[in-house]
Amino acid sequence: MIELRDIHKYFGSVKALQGVSLKVEAGSIHGVVGENGAGKSTLMKVLTGYIARTSGSLLFSGKEVEIQTPRDGTSLGIGMLYQEPLDFLQLSVLDNFMAGAADFQRKKMKKKLLALANRFGFTLHPDSPLYWLTVGERQQLELLRLIHANIRVLILDEPTTGISGEQQDLLFGALRSLKEEGCAIILVSHKLAEIEALCDRLTILRRGKTVAEQEQPFDRNSVLTAMFGEFSDQPPPDQNSTVITAGKKKKLVSFHEVCSSTGRSGLDAVSTDLYEGEVVGLAGLDGSGQSVFLKICADLLPHTGSVERFNHQHSTSSDQGDKQAVFLPADRLSEGLIASLSIREHLLLADNTPLFMLPATGREEAQQAIETYNILGQPGTAAGDLSGGNQQRLLLSLIPAKARLILMENPTRGLDVRSGNWTWHHLREQLPEDGAIIFASPDLEEIMEQASRVIVFFDGRIILDRPVDETDLDEISRAITGQVNSECQIEK
Amino acid sequence: MDVSIPVLAAGIAATSAPLIFAALGEALTEKGGVINLSLDGTILLSAMTGFAAASATGSVWPGFAAAAATGMAVALVLSVIGIWLGQSQVAVGFALTFLCRDLAYFLGTSYSRTPGPQQLAAPVPLLSKLPLVGPIFFNHSLIVYASFLLIPLLWYFMYHTRQGLILRSVGENPEGCWARGIRPRLTQTIYTLAGGALVGIGGAAFSLAIKPGWGRPQGCEGIGWIALALVIFGGWHPLRVALGAYIFGLLQISGILLQDIFPTLPSQIFQVAPFPLMIFTLVIIHFSRNRQDRWFSRLMALLSGSPPRALGRSHQQE
Repeated sequence: MIELRDIHKYFGSVKALQGVSLKVEAGSIHGVVGENGAGKSTLMKVLTGYIARTSGSLLFSGKEVEIQTPRDGTSLGIGMLYQEPLDFLQLSVLDNFMAGAADFQRKKMKKKLLALANRFGFTLHPDSPLYWLTVGERQQLELLRLIHANIRVLILDEPTTGISGEQQDLLFGALRSLKEEGCAIILVSHKLAEIEALCDRLTILRRGKTVAEQEQPFDRNSVLTAMFGEFSDQPPPDQNSTVITAGKKKKLVSFHEVCSSTGRSGLDAVSTDLYEGEVVGLAGLDGSGQSVFLKICADLLPHTGSVERFNHQHSTSSDQGDKQAVFLPADRLSEGLIASLSIREHLLLADNTPLFMLPATGREEAQQAIETYNILGQPGTAAGDLSGGNQQRLLLSLIPAKARLILMENPTRGLDVRSGNWTWHHLREQLPEDGAIIFASPDLEEIMEQASRVIVFFDGRIILDRPVDETDLDEISRAITGQVNSECQIEK
Repeated sequence: MDVSIPVLAAGIAATSAPLIFAALGEALTEKGGVINLSLDGTILLSAMTGFAAASATGSVWPGFAAAAATGMAVALVLSVIGIWLGQSQVAVGFALTFLCRDLAYFLGTSYSRTPGPQQLAAPVPLLSKLPLVGPIFFNHSLIVYASFLLIPLLWYFMYHTRQGLILRSVGENPEGCWARGIRPRLTQTIYTLAGGALVGIGGAAFSLAIKPGWGRPQGCEGIGWIALALVIFGGWHPLRVALGAYIFGLLQISGILLQDIFPTLPSQIFQVAPFPLMIFTLVIIHFSRNRQDRWFSRLMALLSGSPPRALGRSHQQE
């Protein structure tokens, strides 16, 4: 159906792609995997025409075609779900569905949108503004738009990042039915489990080159070796060993009847205690209250009810409390880092900023942080120029040494296995004995692996709260969708 | 002084007409994500070229055409540098403001205080005889009628046509448009030029109808900045921008009237009154955001709009 031959793409002196070939048949799902920075997203953008390739050829149904702009791509029926949805936040759902489409009859398009949504089991309200939707719902809308445009080649770049388990099931169902209809589907992902569940063939990229191809059934070990090269210099994924879970100790944060109206569902009279030494994983559908809970822990959102942190009723944001609690947001570049500031400037800003800054001020400390935290960059590299994994490492390096309460949203979002393991390893090493980590993650396996206790949110309430070793994936996934057995009600 | 409501309303409609063209032109440009700060200079320059072309030909129509072309020419400079070369639209716009102003005074010297053609009131037959409505809406020059028509036309275009949707999409997220096969920079260029033409017509509306003639000062200085403020005040929505323009017209006219009532107050107070009032309105909108009063906060929500998310940022292809 579609074939890429010997694709090269250079950004200035950076060689992003150095001779990649890929062939995808109609009616099949083809997986593309690789480490962060292996060139997966670049390759896909070349295929849609979003970026122009440096050299190489593209064949569509056996004929050579010219794809230099997305216009060429869409006219051939190539469509892509980008990792960050490329849509229009302030326009309505229907406007987003229609933007760029040939047809402009609102009533007819509205009917078509609802019919398509119905067919795949999506719930979308055409007149809502897009900013009311979760990332998962925006992705569903984009998918429907592409299906309506009669695409024959569908590319998905990390489609399950930031969406809920239920949305993922709906998405996979939709992909399988598109495959039945003869669509050629390319799935780019970090997650081997979903590649194994969906794909017929698999291409592995490493440093801008095709290193291996496999047919179903895949051999997990050889896939991993091809992705990362040799596995040796990396610590094995930590278990709960370093954190003491036995015997609940002193309270660190205590919520009593806390309500908030921010976020999608807000918080509805949440009461719970978080203890020293705990690693708590927060689960739930997108926007069920986890993120609001975290931000209230960090004292970032207004709320009613009482929140006690570090054993004193927090009144005005005391400087002491601020230095002890640290919040790492999911959207690193917009909430955590300042894109145009360098590594050195970030460290200076985080610590006691001197009144005057000479070019050498803080350079040594920055160099030291770069070494300790294994950041790929120079003291003068701007945060925006770092890759996702290195941005996360920079954020970690900014955590003050005396931080006792580390609050994180999707700590390993967009990181490959190796960077993710590194992050967790480091967090556990740094955490003082009287500290705690609270994190929200859409990845239940991460919660099972890393947390000592899991709290599941549903519609702004805590629906399940247990130590991890007393529950299982099945129970958690049911709780996420609001189903709990009568005996595992909320502990108070 | 005898003031009747129809006379007052007709006065507002006429004095606001150039502002309607300028503010709606800028709204069109900004809706696509481009900010054209050169408005004040463009209005002055096109007022001059419009008057010059009308004087040379003896008819107002070539004047309006020349003014529109002037507005487009300025917008073209901005488009090339601000959209295609990706340089700061704010910096280019500012430079163009002052360049155009000085150019207008310099090139227009020979037309200063010379008699020239102007567009006279053209009452619409029958309709202008209607009580109340007649004198307010149907006893104006053609350019004022055109300003009435422009408001619904632009609103319909932006919110009910395919091209209007593309325009709004480009202003929101040019990368998203590029991925869909739309050419964001071409779209932005088209609407920057179209917006520039409207601003140019606004300039000619001054020199050929509302404040006829050319000289230094012409009397339209400062209006460009008002138009820019009105676009923000109106939340980038054509109907609200137009409403803002009429409110500004009302303030200007009432300034003249109040001056007659309070002759002891210095006249400057009434001339500058609209500006602090506009700032005051923005402050009220801000403080009403968190009010418990439902009705009031809803009204205020209607008045405040969000800027196009990509405003002032040009799309660069990778």
